[in-house]
Amino acid sequence: MSVFINKDTKVIVQGITGSTALFHTKQMLEYGTKIVGGTSPGKGGSEVEGVPVFNTVEEAVKATGANASVIYVPAPFAADAIIEAVDSELDLVICITEHIPVMDMVKVKRYMEGKKTRLVGPNCPGVITPEECKIGIMPGYIHKKGHVGVVSRSGTLTYEAVHQLTQRGIGQSTAVGIGGDPVNGTNFIDVLKAFNEDEDTYAVIMIGEIGGTAEEEAAEWIKANMKKPVVGFIGGQTAPPGKRMGHAGAIISGGKGTAAEKIKTMEACGIKVAETPSVMGETLVSVLKEKGLLERCITHKANV
Amino acid sequence: MNIHEYQGKEILRKYGVAVPNGKVAFTVEEAVEAAKELGSAVSVVKAQIHAGGRGKAGGVKVAKSLDEVRTYAKEILGKVLVTHQTGPEGKEVKRLLIEEGCDIKKEYYVGLVLDRATSRVVMMASEEGGTEIEEVAEKTPEKIFKEVIDPAIGLQPFQARRLAFNINIPKELVNKAVKFMLGLYTAFVENDCSIAEINPLVVTGDGNVMALDAKLNFDSNALYRHPEIMEYRDLEEEDPKEIEASKYDLSYISLDGNIGCMVNGAGLAMATMDIIKHYGGDPANFLDVGGGATAEKVTEAFKIILSDPNVKGIFVNIFGGIMKCDVIAEGVVEATKQVGLNLPLVVRLEGTNVELGKKILEESGLNITSAQSMADGAQKIVSLVK
Repeated sequence: MSVFINKDTKVIVQGITGSTALFHTKQMLEYGTKIVGGTSPGKGGSEVEGVPVFNTVEEAVKATGANASVIYVPAPFAADAIIEAVDSELDLVICITEHIPVMDMVKVKRYMEGKKTRLVGPNCPGVITPEECKIGIMPGYIHKKGHVGVVSRSGTLTYEAVHQLTQRGIGQSTAVGIGGDPVNGTNFIDVLKAFNEDEDTYAVIMIGEIGGTAEEEAAEWIKANMKKPVVGFIGGQTAPPGKRMGHAGAIISGGKGTAAEKIKTMEACGIKVAETPSVMGETLVSVLKEKGLLERCITHKANV
Repeated sequence: MNIHEYQGKEILRKYGVAVPNGKVAFTVEEAVEAAKELGSAVSVVKAQIHAGGRGKAGGVKVAKSLDEVRTYAKEILGKVLVTHQTGPEGKEVKRLLIEEGCDIKKEYYVGLVLDRATSRVVMMASEEGGTEIEEVAEKTPEKIFKEVIDPAIGLQPFQARRLAFNINIPKELVNKAVKFMLGLYTAFVENDCSIAEINPLVVTGDGNVMALDAKLNFDSNALYRHPEIMEYRDLEEEDPKEIEASKYDLSYISLDGNIGCMVNGAGLAMATMDIIKHYGGDPANFLDVGGGATAEKVTEAFKIILSDPNVKGIFVNIFGGIMKCDVIAEGVVEATKQVGLNLPLVVRLEGTNVELGKKILEESGLNITSAQSMADGAQKIVSLVK
């Protein structure tokens, strides 16, 4: 088991003929992901990497039976691409594209109200269920199949956490990058809920950063509902106020959204927070030991 | 992106949002000329910098004659204003806004921001104009009223009316306040603002509702579709290293420490600053070279870090996913060839092509300290700059 994606997920790549999309289509195919088609308006009928290309998402879905899509189209056209995917009633849309204007995302979110599609991202590395399905841009080889769920606002910090786990012999159920934008499709709580219900996930690492109050809301939710241990990390403890730290959503504004505030709330809600990014894996191990879960989470030989 | 008050008011005027008449001046002569043309009994001389708190710092003066305009313009132009938003080094005033004075009856606050929790734009209003909204929120949160706006239909007149009544705008002026708020919302969405703050909004003795100040910020991701807003960019208000970085699509923020950082990914870049601080050092910058950086981009990033005279050592922390470690290594080697390297350099490479990357660094003959982990690298660079 896993969350959101598994070996049966059938994926189409929106904007498949772009250079980034092509590169990652190849990578995903090599990983074993079922890429069943792609779209590129005007290039319908052709083929890339052995994958059929269609003019519209609707056609692609009809022809291939895809239930998920991944979006690599440039920012000015990304909101339209998401809406097109939602209109085709896909279960899951993962948007990798960064720098989408925030007002575009406000409209997208409004359009998605009441629709069945789940959007992950934008501005995210994607989702991976190790050894089954990789949708996005993360390096596949650092992941191992297992029982720890990872959810994060940052791409490279997710890799860092996954790498630390894998080195310690701890595999992952699914790693979900929710993205660094202020308006996103899937938030921490959505992913935590899914991990809570997934029998194969025994514990979770949640990686947040400065800006907004999503981590605080998630912490309160965890305290009230989560049956599994969660450890955390918050990036940006030394970030100056009023500056956007790379991610559009990573900004302390009006004294709100600081790392200190988030860590305080998380700890008050029973979440152990790693002091530095170097000890995310170590912190999880200590909690797993405490809960008597470590043995069950060891999936392969450690490498440290 | 930030713009000046006078530029914000120019935009608002186009949307029927009432603002006092005014003119920008770059010299004392221009200031006096502007006041003459305005012809009002009282004019206001306002420093134009990208920071709030100008009044308290002596950057806003009321002049009752042209002579006073001249005196104040001389005093303020070239002055370095230190406000709570400028940092201790302050900002030099290079532009003035000369505005007609108005008879203020009462000050209010109106602002638009994105509410992340609802993914919608929210209009906030308060009777407590003139003070910072954060302060009002802390002390008297009951005095802030909010309307969440449906992006499909926009701000509705009834919502604006409700706000106007809630903040006790005199009832004969409510319609003017509604027109003001609707215009402000249209300006916000049509220009992809990230913040629009009118503080204060004033009601005047002659029955007007107008913006005495205007702070507009723009979503940098949307600037590509607003060339007219791009024209308002004032490079003198920005850090030269940040401007240089933006040319190469590098995300760079200048800080006041002495350890230069080069990292891939915004989250890891922030976390790298944190871990340096954790081990007793001080980061000189935030720098995300991005996921798809080329050797050339890495070289430019390196040059920017080295152009900061405070930098006493550099920590390169890379988790190669899509970004390959050998590309980073080549960039580092190329940069040091071009600009020379007399500072300690610690490199931590992990991920795709890590062995190849390490080999390139070793064979370069450069004096590079390699690190096994983030923690190891942070400790090493901190001890090297001490």
